[in-house]
Amino acid sequence: MKVLVAVKHAVDHNLKPFVDATTGQVDLSQARRVINPFDEISIEEAVRLKERGLVTEIVAVSIGGADAKDSLRHAYAMGADRALLVETDVRLQPLSVAKLLKVIVEREQPGLIFLGKQAVGEDYGQTGQMLAALLGVGLGTFASALQLKDGSVEVTREVDKGTQTISLQLPAVLTSDLRLNEPRFIKLPNLMMAKKKAIETLAAGELGIDLANRFTVIKSNEPPQKPGAVQLASVSELISTLRKAEVLQ
Amino acid sequence: MSILVLAELDGNKLKGLAAHVVSAATAWQKPIDLLVYGSQVEEAAKEAATLSGVARVLVAQADHFAHPLVEDVQDLVLSIAKEYDVIVSAHSVLGKSVIPAIAARLDVAPITDVVEIHAPSSYVRPEYAGNIFSHVENHQALQIVTVRNTAFRPVATDGNAEVVSISAPLSRAISNWIKEDLNHSDRPELGSARVVIAGGRSLGESFEALLSPIAEKLDAAIGATRACVDAGFAPNDLQVGQTGTLIAPDLYIAVGISGAMQHIAGIKDSKVVVAINHDPDAPIFKYADYGVIADLFTALPELDKALQ
Repeated sequence: MKVLVAVKHAVDHNLKPFVDATTGQVDLSQARRVINPFDEISIEEAVRLKERGLVTEIVAVSIGGADAKDSLRHAYAMGADRALLVETDVRLQPLSVAKLLKVIVEREQPGLIFLGKQAVGEDYGQTGQMLAALLGVGLGTFASALQLKDGSVEVTREVDKGTQTISLQLPAVLTSDLRLNEPRFIKLPNLMMAKKKAIETLAAGELGIDLANRFTVIKSNEPPQKPGAVQLASVSELISTLRKAEVLQ
Repeated sequence: MSILVLAELDGNKLKGLAAHVVSAATAWQKPIDLLVYGSQVEEAAKEAATLSGVARVLVAQADHFAHPLVEDVQDLVLSIAKEYDVIVSAHSVLGKSVIPAIAARLDVAPITDVVEIHAPSSYVRPEYAGNIFSHVENHQALQIVTVRNTAFRPVATDGNAEVVSISAPLSRAISNWIKEDLNHSDRPELGSARVVIAGGRSLGESFEALLSPIAEKLDAAIGATRACVDAGFAPNDLQVGQTGTLIAPDLYIAVGISGAMQHIAGIKDSKVVVAINHDPDAPIFKYADYGVIADLFTALPELDKALQ
């Protein structure tokens, strides 16, 4: 069975973003980009399935600029078999990304499709759900464990007060949550080897999909800074202060 | 035209977040239909009808909604979607899963995790784990939205809406519910509790023993950091933060929590934040209203005693 993993070349989550005062938009010109952490978890899960002989080929696909090749090389270094870049210089919105991924899914015919539960950055958290709906296949969001069966996959999902397990007919779309696995550490020789591997490139504009944005981010702002805590000397002073402020009875 | 709001059930009861979502939907000042679906919906429909501002409660009862699957909820909403120009859901696990799917099938881009609505088509939503707030103008005729329930005050329960039965499409049966492993607790629910006390990894094996007597006295929910959950000291569903539960209690007490960006993202809307930490440089003190620099293993028993 073939597995497709969507990989976003995303803003490093350790970075604190800031707003450019003149444009009113988030300034990402200097931002370091890395593979979206949830996509790294997806690759890891696919590689583990392959190591157990349940998967024959792992195809990593990214949609973005030429720099997204770095994240595809990361996928190669972890154990992906093939990498595909749908290239565009435009910042696409999730609906367009889902439509492009649908084209790739129809071409590749994978049995299982992994996306991250969200990407670091705009935090939309939509693309996997949209892809499943457009394909008309089953969807398992927030996957924290999975088990392949004959023609189906059992997915344990993180829900409000615990976990839920559902079964999905294949093909199916899964979105990876934090606890699905812990991605392996990449060894240097693997990274060197990944640099030599081919990345097939398709132009996003030539796949017959309407890529127009449906909404506009007018402006962004950073939340107001709090003045910092009033330091109290002891727990008893804390309690009397909270009572005085009528936070506690 | 009017507004469709999606409700959710917890067993046979209406989840409290419906009152928040209806409140958000009042921004458009148009008639609101509240969709309630389940296998036993009578009780929930009655509760739903009392929510102020709801014009009609649409009730879809079907066995396959006992444990609603994304595909079936999609089909149900799509069967009535053409009557509406706004569709709103909570940004809950179910809402996050189902709304983008519904939107894609209607060829609409949804606006998710909205914290402010400027009707008819402008929104504010957090990005970068709550470090940025973006103002979005949505150019589409059909507005499909998920809202962060903690950002909207619940509506009153003095309404008297009409209850209308609608038929549910058959299940597509491409997915099946197998089981649920839920943690039952008598404490208030983390996402809606008035008071939350949360601990970090440093509480270690004493996590439950140290926090639960205090939680009981304050009628508080207990939360934990990701590090604390990952270390196995607290169950997953207690995780507060960007990838866990987002909370907005009247009082949040952070004990032994340093205040990572992803944790702060989940508590930002709390009214009063109290931090107890032995490290005076812990970032949590920048976000807290009140701080006590103390060792938590002495501070927590003191706190417990002082509340008696």
